[in-house]
Amino acid sequence: MDIQFSKEETAFRDEVRAFLKTAWTADLADRYNAPGSFAQATVEWQRRLHARGWGATGWPVVYGGTGWSVTQRFIFESERAAYGAADVSPFGLKMVGPVIYTFGSEAQKQRFLPRILSGEDWWCQGYSEPGAGSDLAALKTKAELVGDEYLVNGSKIWTTYAQYADWIFCLVRTESVARKQDGISFVLIDMKSPGIRVSPIASIDGVHSLNEVFFDDVRVPAANRIGDQGKGWSYAKSLLAHERTAITGVADSKRQLTRLLELARREISGGRPLLGDPIFQSRLADVEIELMALEYTELRVLSATAKGKGPGAESSLLKIKGTQIQQAIQELFMDLAGYYCGAVEDAPGLGKSGHDFGSEARRAYMYGRAASIYGGSNEVQKNIVAKAVLGL
Amino acid sequence: MNFDLSEEQNLLKDSVARLVQDAYAFDARCKIAASEHGFSREHWQTFADLGWLSLPFAEEHGGIGGGAVHTMLLMEEFGKGLVLEPYVATVLLFGGLLRRSGNAERQKQLIGRIIDGSLQGAFAYLERQSRFQLADIKTTLTRAADAFVLNGDKTVVFNGAAADELVVSARSGGGQCDERGISLAVVNAGAPGIERTVYRLMDGQVVANIRLRNVRVAADQLLGGEGEGFGLMQAVVHEAILAVCAEALGIMQKLNEITLEYVKTRKQFGVTIGTFQALQHRLVDMFSACEQTRSLLYRAVCSVDEGGIDADRNILALKVMVGKAGKLIGGEAIQLHGGMGITDELNVGHYVKRLIMINASFGDADFQKQLFAKLSYV
Repeated sequence: MDIQFSKEETAFRDEVRAFLKTAWTADLADRYNAPGSFAQATVEWQRRLHARGWGATGWPVVYGGTGWSVTQRFIFESERAAYGAADVSPFGLKMVGPVIYTFGSEAQKQRFLPRILSGEDWWCQGYSEPGAGSDLAALKTKAELVGDEYLVNGSKIWTTYAQYADWIFCLVRTESVARKQDGISFVLIDMKSPGIRVSPIASIDGVHSLNEVFFDDVRVPAANRIGDQGKGWSYAKSLLAHERTAITGVADSKRQLTRLLELARREISGGRPLLGDPIFQSRLADVEIELMALEYTELRVLSATAKGKGPGAESSLLKIKGTQIQQAIQELFMDLAGYYCGAVEDAPGLGKSGHDFGSEARRAYMYGRAASIYGGSNEVQKNIVAKAVLGL
Repeated sequence: MNFDLSEEQNLLKDSVARLVQDAYAFDARCKIAASEHGFSREHWQTFADLGWLSLPFAEEHGGIGGGAVHTMLLMEEFGKGLVLEPYVATVLLFGGLLRRSGNAERQKQLIGRIIDGSLQGAFAYLERQSRFQLADIKTTLTRAADAFVLNGDKTVVFNGAAADELVVSARSGGGQCDERGISLAVVNAGAPGIERTVYRLMDGQVVANIRLRNVRVAADQLLGGEGEGFGLMQAVVHEAILAVCAEALGIMQKLNEITLEYVKTRKQFGVTIGTFQALQHRLVDMFSACEQTRSLLYRAVCSVDEGGIDADRNILALKVMVGKAGKLIGGEAIQLHGGMGITDELNVGHYVKRLIMINASFGDADFQKQLFAKLSYV
C-alpha cells in the first residue's frame, strides 16, 4: 500500500496547476457563473482543454484521450476542483462518447468523437420519461424502422440543457418484446431534426436547466443507431457504472468544504465566528470525516479499475456517499447563511439583500436535492449493492 | 388533562380551514405570491372582517384577549395553505409590541387600525451582524434636544415593503450585545430619513432592508422604557416562534399527505412505489416526526401562561424539533417524488421552502439547541 506521489506525478501536478492558471481565467469563471453566458463559457472551456490536448482525460489515446494513469487523472481532478475550475459537461465526454467508441462503428466514431472533444457538439441525454424514471426499461418512446430510417415518436423528460444541445442520445423502443430491455435501441438524434420540440421545465432553484423533449415523427437515419437493434440497454448499462463514478464529486466537495470554512470564519454570531461554534464544528467534522473516507474509497475503486477490474457495485457506494456528502455540505451553506438562505436576488425591479452567498447557497441546495434522485436514485443504488454485493 | 378544543376554538379552526380551502388553492397561492407585496389586500380585509386580526388584543382595544391556542389554530391552518398574508409581522410582532408596551397613546392610535385591516406593520430588529442574537444591535437611538434620532441599518424586515408603521430596536446604551440599553421606537415607514431596499425571499415573502438616517423620534414614540425594550422583544419573539411552529406543523401535515398520496399512486416496475417496504418505513418516520412536533407544540402552548424556565425550555425544544422534523419531512417529500420533486410546478417545493425559512427565522435549530442546553445542563 503506497499513496505517495512520485517525482513524475508531482511534476505533472505542477503542470496542471500552471495550465489552470492560464486557462481558467477570472473572466471565464464569471462568464460560466452568469446564466446568460453559461453555455458559451462551457463550450469555451472545453475548447481550451482540447487545445491543450486534455479534452478527454478518461478516453483511450487512440480516440483523442490523454492516456493518463489513474493517479494522473485523480491529480487532474483534484487540482481542477481545488482551483475552482468547472467540471466538463458530462453527457458528451463521459456518457455518449464512451458508448460511441466502445460500441459504435468506425464511421460513427469519426463523425462524432472529434466534435465532442472540441466542444463543437453539445450533447444531452434522452433516457427518462414521465412513466420511466427508476424503471427506465419501461420507456415507451418508439422508433419504427421504415426503410433506412427510424420514425421516432414519444417524449423524454428531465433532459438537462436540451435548450443548448446540438445532439441527443436516446434509448428508444424498437420492438415490443416480453423482456422490456431486449426491445431497446441506442440512437443518436440531431436536435435540429424536424419534429423535435424542447419545452422548458422550471426547477426549484429558479434556473432553467431541465426540459421535456417531444418527438413527433422525427426521422433518424438507421446509421445513427449504435450497434445492434435491441442491444441499447446493455450498451447503456455497461456504462452506467461510469456515470455513477462521475457523480462522486470528491474533489468538488473538498473545494466546497474549503469555501465553507472560509465563510464560517466571517459569519458572526454574538461577536464570534460560526467556525468556533461547537455545534457547527461537530457538523463540519461529521461531513469532513465522511469525505476523507470517501476519497480513499474512490482511490480503492480507481486502483482496482486500473488493474482491469470493475467498477462494479462499489460505484454505487460512491454515488450514494458522494451525493449524501454534497447535500450535507449544501445544507451547511444554507444554515450558515441564516435568514439570507432565502434571498432571491434577481427578481425584476427589486433590490438585493446585501448578503454575499445566501442566494448562491439556496440555488445550490435546491438543485442539489436532485443528486440523490438522478444517475439512478440512491434507493436504486442501494438495491444494486444489496443484490450484487450482499447477495440479498 | 384535556387536549380537546372548545366549541369556539373549533369554530375558529373550521372557518380558517374553509377559507384556505376556498381561496388558497395552489394556483391561487402562486398568483398572490407573484403580486407586488406578496400578499392579497383583499384577503387581509377578509381576515379583518372575520375578526382574526383582533384575536390577541385586549378587549379594551377591540380584541378578544385570545391566547396562544387561538394563534396556534389559525397558524396551523395557514400553514396547510401556505398563506402569505403577514399575520405574524403585523399582528404578532408589530401588534404584540404595541400590546405589551403600556404606551396608551400609541395603542389607541394604532391597534384599531390593525384590527380593521387598514394598517400594515413590521418589526425591524435584525442587522447584518445579528444572526439570531436579538440583542446584537448597532442601530442607535441618541438624544437630540427634547427628542431622539435613529441611525442604523436593519435587514430582512418581514413585511418591510408593505409596512405603514415600523417598530425599530435601537441602542440607547450598553455594549453591542448587551440586553440592557435597548429601546423600541415606533416610526412611520414614510418618515424622513427612512430608505427601503425591497427584495423577495424564496417562500414568497417580500422583505426589506431599512436604512435609518437621523430619523426623528419623539419621546411618546417609545414602546416601553428607554433602554428597557429587551424583555418586550423577547416575549414577542417567543410568541412569533410559537406561531411559526404551528404554521410549520400545518406544512408538515400537508407534505405528509401529499407524499403519501403520491406513493400510493405512482407506479414503477408494475406496482405502486408505496408497496416497497423501504419507502413505507420512511413514510412512517415522516408521520412520527409530525406527531412529535404536534406534541411539543401542545406542550409549549399549554405552558405559555405559566411562564418560567419550563415554558422557555418547551419553546426552545419545539423550535429545535420543527427544524429537525422539517428537514426530515421536507427532504423526504422531495426525494420520494423523484424528478417531480425538483420542479417548481409541484407544490411540494413551495412547502419545503417555507419550512426552511421557518427554521431560519427567530433562531434555527442549532441556535435553539444551544440555548436549551445552557438552560438545562449547566
